[in-house]
Amino acid sequence: MFNVDTIRKDFPILFRKVNGKPLVYFDNAATSQTPQQVIDVIVDYYSNYNANIHRGVHTLSQEATDLYEASRQKIQAHFNAKFPHEIIFTSGTTHGINLVANGFSSLLKKGDEIIVSALEHHSNIVPWQMLCERTGATLKVIPMNEDGELIMSEFDKLVSQNTKLVFVNHISNALGTINPIEYIIEKAHNVGAAVLIDGAQSAPHIKPNVQALDVDFYVTSAHKICGPTGVGMLYGKEAWLKKLPPYQGGGEMIAEVTFEKTTYADLPHKFEAGTPNICGGIAFGAAINYMNNIGFDNIANYENELLEYGTKKLLEIEGLKIYGTSKHKTSVISFNLEGIHPYDVGTILDKLGIAVRTGHHCAQPIMDFYKIPGTVRASFAFYNTKAEIDALVEGVRKAKMMLS
Amino acid sequence: MSIEDIQNEIIDEFSMFEDWEERYQYMIDLGKELPLIDDEYKTDNNIIKGCQSKVWVHAEMNDNKIEFTADSDAIITKGIIAILIRTFSNQHPKDIIDADTDFIDKIGLKEHLSPTRANGLVSMVKQLKMYAIAYQTQLN
Repeated sequence: MFNVDTIRKDFPILFRKVNGKPLVYFDNAATSQTPQQVIDVIVDYYSNYNANIHRGVHTLSQEATDLYEASRQKIQAHFNAKFPHEIIFTSGTTHGINLVANGFSSLLKKGDEIIVSALEHHSNIVPWQMLCERTGATLKVIPMNEDGELIMSEFDKLVSQNTKLVFVNHISNALGTINPIEYIIEKAHNVGAAVLIDGAQSAPHIKPNVQALDVDFYVTSAHKICGPTGVGMLYGKEAWLKKLPPYQGGGEMIAEVTFEKTTYADLPHKFEAGTPNICGGIAFGAAINYMNNIGFDNIANYENELLEYGTKKLLEIEGLKIYGTSKHKTSVISFNLEGIHPYDVGTILDKLGIAVRTGHHCAQPIMDFYKIPGTVRASFAFYNTKAEIDALVEGVRKAKMMLS
Repeated sequence: MSIEDIQNEIIDEFSMFEDWEERYQYMIDLGKELPLIDDEYKTDNNIIKGCQSKVWVHAEMNDNKIEFTADSDAIITKGIIAILIRTFSNQHPKDIIDADTDFIDKIGLKEHLSPTRANGLVSMVKQLKMYAIAYQTQLN
């Protein structure tokens, strides 16, 4: 039974005060909060298991390795990857994207085309621009409409025999739009192109099944789903991961080293050079357990309720415009008050203890599309409440009064 | 009036306010009222890009004193600009170089001049000082 009051007790930070007011945390799309269950795992690791992994014969090292590899298997099971070695631990989504982009440097040539979407985060634009500069490939962009949805008929026109890669986020961080990735993957595969899905925003809301999706690469970060920062994962189909060259050289990723030649380790270690974020990797698995115990269906249902309630209440404020009005979206409300800069609204809300994001959300092309400097973005998680939304609405009204 | 006197005057004004709301309302009003930069100077050359809000700064030297004008697209940023301009404008370059901005702390607006705030204000203060250094070099 889903009970938000019980769930909130798992998150110590939700009980602190900010500027003398109870914290209302609505910046979940930037980072989620960490439950005590995950904090305990972090403390337990450093209190009982801290050691370097994969190469020690001593007990601590063995135990830490077991925990780390068990976590990889939890992640594998969660995303339904075929093999544990298809899960590569990374420092986060951006790292995963760069790893793949770098790998494709040697596989692309002039005349090849890469397709991205107009809804991308800068981290899913810049690495591909860099890749195009290195290889002579061309970047094509799927345009968006007023509702913040990708225009699929335009995507159909962009896909051709020259298309080698397609990169789309599962869910837009700035607007919350859920993109039709099933359709995109199928179309791309019809011309033999590989697809990478940026799941940074989807992982906290949807349980993706990478085998059913038939996606080639899927990346996400632990800190978006109640885990710690500095760790994430790249899922890649075994065949692709074998094909891509290693990203970074160092310890862990080798089989044999002489000054003449080095042979690389098998998957996943080929892509995991150096000592990894061991504690982070273990806590990532604990976060996934935590989320699954609550249940992704419960999470989605409750967050939809919050989205509907928040949308309705905010739209009652005169002069408030919501950006991103797709029917398929997650619990993100990006908005502006007419004639008022989002930075000003965010500053007043902060004084009231309400944490929202303001600015261009690392998605300047979207802001250019709407011809605005940025938005105020409130993003809800399963531990937020309608009472907190009421506080937000009251705060926005106050900001409007002070700033108009 | 010296920069220090003006800063003390501002501290006095702000000491009358009882809570953040009054302080911010005053700052917002300052931002609205002050005649700021001429549109002709609102160019890309004069822009300081913060992640969150933009700031434009223009400087002119008259009678060995620098006159600053500035603007922002966000009103709270603009209010702080109004306060900074009030202290730094029409002052000798040397006095501007030597002045600090600790008074912002004393009027309860410290967070706006934090280097991590990304509103362009820290860069703006640096820019004011750079102008002062440049004009001081001319005077020497």
